[in-house]
Amino acid sequence: MNRTIKTIFWILVAVLAAFALAGIALNRGESINALWLITAAVCIYAIAYRFYSAWIAAKVLVIDETRATPAERLDNGRDFIPTNKWIVFGHHFAAIAGPGPLIGPTLAAQFGYLPGTLWILIGAVLGGAVQDMVTLFFSTRRNGRSLGQMARDEIGAVGGTAALVGTFMIMIILIAVLGLVVVNAMKHSPWATSTVAATIPIAMFVGLYMRNIRPGRVLEASAIGVGLLLFSVFAGGWIDHHETLRTWFDHDGLPLAYAIIIYGFAAAVLPVWLLLAPRDYLSTFMKLGTILLLAIAIVILRPDIHMPAVTQFVDGTGPIFGGKLFPFVFITIACGAISGFHALISSGTTPKLLSNERDIRMIGYGGMLLESFVAIMAMIAATVLEPGVFFAINSPAGVVGKEAVDAVAKVNSWGFSVTVEQMQQLASDMGESTLFARTGGAPSLAVGMASIFGSAFGKHLLALWYHFAIMFEAIFILTTLDAGTRVGRFMLQDMLGNFNKKLGETSYTPSVIFTSSIVVAGWGYFLYIGVIDPNGGVNILWPLFGIANQMLAAIALCVATGILVKSGKLRYAWVTGLPLAWLVTVTTTAAYEKIFSADVRVGFFAAANDMATKLAAGALPTDKAAVAPQLIFNQHLDAYLTMFFVVVLWVVLVDMLLLCARYLAGKPVLKLSEVPREPSRLVENWVRD
Amino acid sequence: MLKKLRHLWHLFRRLSGDDAYEQYLKHHVEFHQATVDAPPPLSRKEFFRLWQDDKWKGVKRCC
Repeated sequence: MNRTIKTIFWILVAVLAAFALAGIALNRGESINALWLITAAVCIYAIAYRFYSAWIAAKVLVIDETRATPAERLDNGRDFIPTNKWIVFGHHFAAIAGPGPLIGPTLAAQFGYLPGTLWILIGAVLGGAVQDMVTLFFSTRRNGRSLGQMARDEIGAVGGTAALVGTFMIMIILIAVLGLVVVNAMKHSPWATSTVAATIPIAMFVGLYMRNIRPGRVLEASAIGVGLLLFSVFAGGWIDHHETLRTWFDHDGLPLAYAIIIYGFAAAVLPVWLLLAPRDYLSTFMKLGTILLLAIAIVILRPDIHMPAVTQFVDGTGPIFGGKLFPFVFITIACGAISGFHALISSGTTPKLLSNERDIRMIGYGGMLLESFVAIMAMIAATVLEPGVFFAINSPAGVVGKEAVDAVAKVNSWGFSVTVEQMQQLASDMGESTLFARTGGAPSLAVGMASIFGSAFGKHLLALWYHFAIMFEAIFILTTLDAGTRVGRFMLQDMLGNFNKKLGETSYTPSVIFTSSIVVAGWGYFLYIGVIDPNGGVNILWPLFGIANQMLAAIALCVATGILVKSGKLRYAWVTGLPLAWLVTVTTTAAYEKIFSADVRVGFFAAANDMATKLAAGALPTDKAAVAPQLIFNQHLDAYLTMFFVVVLWVVLVDMLLLCARYLAGKPVLKLSEVPREPSRLVENWVRD
Repeated sequence: MLKKLRHLWHLFRRLSGDDAYEQYLKHHVEFHQATVDAPPPLSRKEFFRLWQDDKWKGVKRCC
């Protein structure tokens, strides 16, 4: 009986999922309710989790609940600790969910809501969640080894080095693009700038409080910090209305970029307890709180989506970034569908906390589904805006023109209605001087969130909600920036340690300053170029980041596929092989187009040549001519970087395929590095509980 | 109800690391005080320093 009810329940869920999906895919009306997207997402996640992830756990990975995990065997009370699964889930989710799933879908909304939504759902269920889960499993079976170490042990030295170098490069590009997003949100906005600036002393105060005033009282300190942050949003409004104070915080992009670069260096050199750790607490609480609030607001409000299902920009002429739907939607949305970066968290950190292998399914697969859901909400927040407004905010001045009238005329010419008055009204509602050409996704997401929150919880507070949303995005972007710079520094010190022992010491001050400078200079360069680029920079950096991130995902899937084949599970190798094949196709096509396309808005070389010709002919206005040589150099650099990513990807792939071929031919290969089974002693207690 | 709330509060403290020192003391008593001359546990302040420095080695945050 019970079984029948269950079967009926799952059939109903499947029918509902199909119904909702058909609804969003076939709708060609004026607008569609956001609840359709939520319903489709929740049903698909439920089915995938209940059936696909269970099947992977039981048949492909053969999870063994009676096997002792590294946390149990190596328990040291510090990094290896058997931990309750909900706690591990919380840590894991807080670690994987950053600003990526908010920004990618916002940018990809230029193709309409449908392509991005479908990719987020399908990509997560068949790709991202699988990657996270299998990586978590394989790392757990190898004492929590990192992805790089596993690649070296299982595939060979080439794979290991590729993973290491790839991670480092991604970090550089990621930080640059995130820095650019923050700069674009703060440009000529005294309110946003002062609020974001206030997060620094607030974090330091919280750090001091946890360190010296009341050591280790994390919650107490965080509560004070969150209170101060909310107050700083209010105070920003006050500063914005103050004649002299507002001029202190009213800056162009370039000074703001320099400020971020100096800040990044300081954050990497200062001790963690002073800035990084307390900022992370604040950003984690803000992140979880705001995402929950957004979910509640969307369910209460059930807003209509105004963006068409598919826009004309699928042909590659999109204003936010150039390039056709295939492959660029799959590059633009990495986090939320499949993100290689997760493999670094799923290996190394999380496996050391697992008390039982059976938790892998919920933490690895479930954690990614939740992140994917965040991406769906970002898509909703971007598409509830009138499309005209969305494009007016997100299109760079280089595409639509500097003047409001030109920008509006251009957006109107695409068939999306918007007026100068409407944009002015919106800007003044949000407490900003202008919202034109605020590229990077953060401002339009903030406008979307403010209008959702405003309608759900009070409309007169729009400006506050807007700046709250900006602060919320900025605080964890800056956390990623701090943490990323520090990780980059550690990796660099690790590498340099091979040549010079002293440089490898993480607490040796000259080495700290030297390596931090290199890392900061790396992302600082791309940030600088992004700011001086009249096309906004995001259109170059985001695809580059997407390609790099998908490359890392492909490396993780290569490792997993190699291990599956070597474990004699060839017939299940498609579970990771299929998403791998897709990622290789997408990344290679995207990289090919970024390098060789003749379209100046897509191809790096085409853009460089175009600019060089114009410069030589004297066809550029003086301000553009001044920065043109730097932009041309950068386009070349980006092209070679893209080439490098693709070559690394193919080297690892071929390495893995050769390994599989050798194994299948019965020749000797690198042995599986799995740690032998030991029975768990915790299981009995678990059963008794 | 009250019991459930208390359980949630425990989870929340554990998740945030608010009770990390208490957990450490428990671990210390269980594993490191078998002999009389075992070193005493770290103070709250010392422990928190080590714990926080440990926490930020390696990739801990993602995009």
